[in-house]
Amino acid sequence: MKGAQILIESLLREEVKVLFGYPGGSVIPFFDALYDAPIKFYLTRHEQAAAHAADGYARSTGKVGVCVATSGPGATNLVTGIATAHMDSIPMVAITGQVKSTLIGNDAFQEADVTGVTRSISKHNYLVKDVKILAQTVKEAFYLARTGRPGPVVIDVPVDIQNHDTEFVYPQEINLRSYRPTYSGHPGQIKKALKMIYAAKKPVIICGGGVIASGAAKEILRFAEKMHIPVTSTLTGLGGFPGTHPLSLGMPGMHGTVYANLAITESDLLIAIGNRFDDRVTGKLDAFAPEAKIIHVDIDPTSISKNIAVDIPIVGDAKNILEQMLDQLNEKKIPSLKTWNKKVDDFKKKHPLSYKKGTKIKPQYVIEEFYRQTKGQAIVVTEVGQNQMWAAQFYKIDYPRNFLSSGGLGTMGYGFPAAIGAKLGNPNREVLNFAGDGSIQMNIQELGTVASYNIGVKNIILNNHYLGMVRQWQELFYNRRYSGTPMKNPDFVKVAAGYGIKGLKVTKEKDVKKAVKEILTHKGPVVADFWIEEEENVFPMVPAGEAINRMIGGMA
Amino acid sequence: MKHTIQVLVENKFGVLARIASLFSARGYNIDSLAVGETQDPTLSCMTIVANAEDERILEQIKKQLNKLIDVVTVVDLTRKEYVDRELMLMKIIRKPDTKSIIDGLAKNYPVRTVAENQETILIEICADHHSIDDILRQVNEAGIKELVRTGKIAIST
Repeated sequence: MKGAQILIESLLREEVKVLFGYPGGSVIPFFDALYDAPIKFYLTRHEQAAAHAADGYARSTGKVGVCVATSGPGATNLVTGIATAHMDSIPMVAITGQVKSTLIGNDAFQEADVTGVTRSISKHNYLVKDVKILAQTVKEAFYLARTGRPGPVVIDVPVDIQNHDTEFVYPQEINLRSYRPTYSGHPGQIKKALKMIYAAKKPVIICGGGVIASGAAKEILRFAEKMHIPVTSTLTGLGGFPGTHPLSLGMPGMHGTVYANLAITESDLLIAIGNRFDDRVTGKLDAFAPEAKIIHVDIDPTSISKNIAVDIPIVGDAKNILEQMLDQLNEKKIPSLKTWNKKVDDFKKKHPLSYKKGTKIKPQYVIEEFYRQTKGQAIVVTEVGQNQMWAAQFYKIDYPRNFLSSGGLGTMGYGFPAAIGAKLGNPNREVLNFAGDGSIQMNIQELGTVASYNIGVKNIILNNHYLGMVRQWQELFYNRRYSGTPMKNPDFVKVAAGYGIKGLKVTKEKDVKKAVKEILTHKGPVVADFWIEEEENVFPMVPAGEAINRMIGGMA
Repeated sequence: MKHTIQVLVENKFGVLARIASLFSARGYNIDSLAVGETQDPTLSCMTIVANAEDERILEQIKKQLNKLIDVVTVVDLTRKEYVDRELMLMKIIRKPDTKSIIDGLAKNYPVRTVAENQETILIEICADHHSIDDILRQVNEAGIKELVRTGKIAIST
């Protein structure tokens, strides 16, 4: 069997149903084999979008997302998408064509050292120089992508290898002696952790993206409810714990809720599960949870005691460890947290998320209106910037895999293609992409993709005619010198019309409700251009490098 | 503080680059690095000597080395009992007293003359790190024309 066919057969063995990508000279054999394969291929209009679409597919379904691109520029265009998936631990396999193996290193046409370029932004990568190891490589790649701390894996396949012949045998098993992720928690550590939890008076749980990756939503809910411990969810952890639950504190950190940050600051015990104490969460490290002991559960030992010194590290899978803790929980020893719960509820009452009404449309209101009309049941995707933070604050997410956002890398242009991936993975769900006028234009060419396949993604542009988040920093910290942030935008409705897509523009608050209804009842893709208050800020806000309880805005 | 780290890796292309880039990405210099196959030809052993300006960063590097798919084990020998050796080849400019200096060295260190001509004498020394430093200090005055060293290899006892 030829290498190209082996790639296809291997993808089928991995149950790949959907593939995103873009052809080119070094992947023509692969595309030829794909022609007859029962895999639905989606041609994006840019390779970056193919990577983000695979990411969105993976985040929303839990399956490995797959994308393909040609050598050189095709592969380098994937790079931002691979790095995005890497930072947020998203399982993905990226297949890239490479120039003929005999030409590698000779500056051949469309050559780039793809394994070199992607080394530090992927979980692992392969350059396949022998067709005999191709099937095994694909098997390993999928295994690595989805196990342990998930991540993207790159397989670089020279075009001549795609044409070489060998017998196809898909390996049954994987034996990587150097890769043995720890899944169950050390019993001694779990015992110690429980002891610490029994003694705590002001505990807080941090629910990170690892809770979603390990499928631990049920377990964390049971655990929190049993113990009455409030839960704050990081950006990538949103939906890991129900956002509308009375114990939910929403998001912590720079644009988190005041009550989450106050609770963390006052807490005497943080139970951190599958998060990595990103600087956007911790703010000034010395002032982060100064009174708290920390229990940190993570499958990746390098995440533990990286930024924050931890008292009880537990390496393992969040779901397993929570199950172990629940099994060993001694109901009699559960402390009463009434005083603490009351205090946290007071924080909530005193400092709720809020915004002031104005003469123009408020972005928060638009999001709230979508929340109401979708009854909180949509898959929410965001771009990066103010749109992302408002969506995280005002669209409460109750289920895992329902909030898709580039957390670690903060990639503008992520949302729209990721929403395409999410919609294809969940064709019966409503998929909303909350975008800014800046970020939507970073992958706006994907209107071509949604138009040609009729993918019903709803793009909601919160248009303030600025690169809003940077403008906000300039307003607050740079004396309103709006350098490089004002945007001269196209008429988005006309742009949509050019692709034959429904577009609408909304400039008055009184029209929002009706517009949202119109957007949601339309079956195909939509581009909605909401002209919002230009200088609206995301509050509350912790200035960079400040302690998280020193918030601007939102502190009554 | 200098750390001697032994890393057992898959004997494949690209592994060295992965290891080196973990250090370079953090602006960490590797003082020396020696690699060779082990008794199992699918495994290579690397001995890395690096200076930790910040122990926490080095701790993180060690964890991340372990995380690399091609890395089998990482052992920091620094606080363990271990033996280390380095091989040095040195061309010394031939002067009237060069021979006697070399003979003097050979009394205390494993020094061997491996080649000589009218201009230079080539000696080989296989010794631990400290001895090599001592020898270098003593020979320096005699005049070194050219010098190569392998970097340290180490094994726990």
